[in-house]
Amino acid sequence: MVSGIVSYGVYIPRFRIRADEIARVWGDGDDISQSLRVFEKSVPDLDEDAVTIAVEAARNALDRANVDTKRIGAIYAGSESHPYAVKPTGTIVGQAVGTSSSFTTADFEFACKAGTAAIQACLGLVTSDMIDLGLAIGADVSQGAPGDMLEYTAAAGGAAYVIGKKDLAAEIEGFYSFTTDTPDFWRREGMPYPEHSGRFTGEPAYFKHVTSAARGLMESMRTRADDYDYAVFHQPNGKFPVRVAKMLGFSKSQIEPGLIVPMIGNTYSASCLIGLAATLDIARPGDRIFVTSFGSGAGSDAFSIRVLDKIEDIRCNAPSVRDYIGDAQYLDYAMYAKHKGKLRI
Amino acid sequence: MRSVSIIGVGCTRFGERWDSSLRDMIAEAGVMAIEDAEITGEQIDALYVGNMSGGRFIEQEHIGALIADCAGLSRLHVPSTRVEAACASGGLALRQAVLAVASGYCDIVIAAGVEKMTDVSSGTAADALAAAADREWECFFGATFPALYAMMAKMHMRRYGTTHEQMAQVAVKNHHHACMNPIAQYQMEIDIEDVDRSSIVADPLHVLDCSPISDGAAVVVLAPSDIARQFSDTPIKIVGCAQASDTLALHDRRDLTTLDATVHAGRAAFRQAGIEPRQVDVAEVHDCFTIAEILAIEDLGFVEKGQGGRATEEGLTALDGEIAVNTSGGLKACGHPVGATGIKQAYEIALQLRGEAGRRQVEEVEIGLAHNVGGSGGTALVHIFMR
Repeated sequence: MVSGIVSYGVYIPRFRIRADEIARVWGDGDDISQSLRVFEKSVPDLDEDAVTIAVEAARNALDRANVDTKRIGAIYAGSESHPYAVKPTGTIVGQAVGTSSSFTTADFEFACKAGTAAIQACLGLVTSDMIDLGLAIGADVSQGAPGDMLEYTAAAGGAAYVIGKKDLAAEIEGFYSFTTDTPDFWRREGMPYPEHSGRFTGEPAYFKHVTSAARGLMESMRTRADDYDYAVFHQPNGKFPVRVAKMLGFSKSQIEPGLIVPMIGNTYSASCLIGLAATLDIARPGDRIFVTSFGSGAGSDAFSIRVLDKIEDIRCNAPSVRDYIGDAQYLDYAMYAKHKGKLRI
Repeated sequence: MRSVSIIGVGCTRFGERWDSSLRDMIAEAGVMAIEDAEITGEQIDALYVGNMSGGRFIEQEHIGALIADCAGLSRLHVPSTRVEAACASGGLALRQAVLAVASGYCDIVIAAGVEKMTDVSSGTAADALAAAADREWECFFGATFPALYAMMAKMHMRRYGTTHEQMAQVAVKNHHHACMNPIAQYQMEIDIEDVDRSSIVADPLHVLDCSPISDGAAVVVLAPSDIARQFSDTPIKIVGCAQASDTLALHDRRDLTTLDATVHAGRAAFRQAGIEPRQVDVAEVHDCFTIAEILAIEDLGFVEKGQGGRATEEGLTALDGEIAVNTSGGLKACGHPVGATGIKQAYEIALQLRGEAGRRQVEEVEIGLAHNVGGSGGTALVHIFMR
């Protein structure tokens, strides 16, 4: 029996800052948003963190398919900004959404791909009949040091997927992971902001891993780019996913529905999962979606997904990605700095 | 003084060599050169290696011993010396190797150049490169290398009417050459509009007026000319080898639009070779910025002072021009791993004179020249080569 997505939900904080506003403060050129293809990014409210965002996304996912929370046997939350170094995000989410106490949880971290790793873990438990439903979450309030290029893209958001075997909205036909020890981006214990190695994050990191995982999956499934209606790739900026799609033979129209980074920035562990949600928001039964995440450090998970009839029944029961994108309130840099805790008093 | 010839050459691909360390690259180029010369380690009398800043780029000094070790020569206790003259380190290593053979102290000598620059951020790399300028009197006041060359460009434009389009033509030409060079970093054609549209680095220099940050290594093997044919069917004679210095800081120069070090090294090398500048068929000159190639072809005497821009525009330095300049793609498009550049220039000229330059082969080449500059002109080396 096949496994897959029973339901999905997202959450994107309402606040935004425009790239031009950040460039104004740091004296960067006004062409920076064009060169990154990121025009604004989401900013969490003062009291929002990866946990509150994970809870919002999980509630949307559970509401969308009216899931009985007592069926959930595992919660895996992926983030690179878990608010606690010691104390799990998963326990707070479980209690907040009203699961029983009979579930397993642990927090995941793999830079921007911990969310897809969480889906894989849930798939294992579900497919082997060890649990009924699994809740996989990617949520982040990512950090970029003041004046660093990351400040233009590091955003906040979350996506939650209920993984199961019955009443599927989409089947996960297969996945393939590609992982190496590649130190392109890191944040050490106790450090407020990550470090990255400039152009090294591109070719030997993002492009090598995304293309290797994507090609690995297509080879193992004997599929090609044109077998898919849509494709979603991790979106650290607006350029990389467009370029990698072209390298793999996907067209602009295939990636367009899921390309959300120009409007909300890079939501890290949620990035390609929100892109997938935006695609599920418009996909029709029978459509196939190709998804590949990327996490620095580095690895990629590629998934082949087939949309099923059930999608039509559940789609409108929770806010869509476009609903969140459309509900924006803009901050200037001073308020942004306050929201992000950049001002130390 | 004995006549000296190149009996073997090797060069790695230049570029962002994420998967190769300094050791990997020097071994790669070294093996190519040693196999090309068909020599064994026991025959090598000495090694010289040009490396600008291993300490800053990969936190490794003592590059002389390191390359001997990488070459498997440490147990043979072959003397190995690292030399440094900023971006002219490679040219300087070649000159030291030439002197060692010419003097009779050594027979078979390795001249190598290597730089691994992409392990650090571009900011750190720029700062390491700035150490080639006058740290106290230029860098502390905010000057960067592009800024110094931009000042030379501005003065050249004002005094001689040189245009940015003429400078951009240097980049267009060198990218075109690089497309025919399998080791080049940027094997892509560009046009003048591309240069104009690229971001400004230091007015009037745009990104595409500047050479990149690169990894790479190059090696040549030298021997006395009288035994060179034992090793190579096509030995290349080094008939001119000169070096000159000038003030470290640009503002202390006699003239902002002339690199006197180039003028003096050039004159000495031409005198040794017994030729006139216009007899050169193919030249690798130090185009760290597009304006630098224009200055170089003037200072070497290929054209009158002030005519470099126009000559470039008119195709004098194109592949089919009177003097083909930077057939490798130059520093601009082949790449500029600073310590390796001077040796790569000799490598390219040797290939041209041997008739082994593939699609970028210049026809009927007899005389080649390599011109390597350190900093903004504090050091210059000129080598002249003949078949």
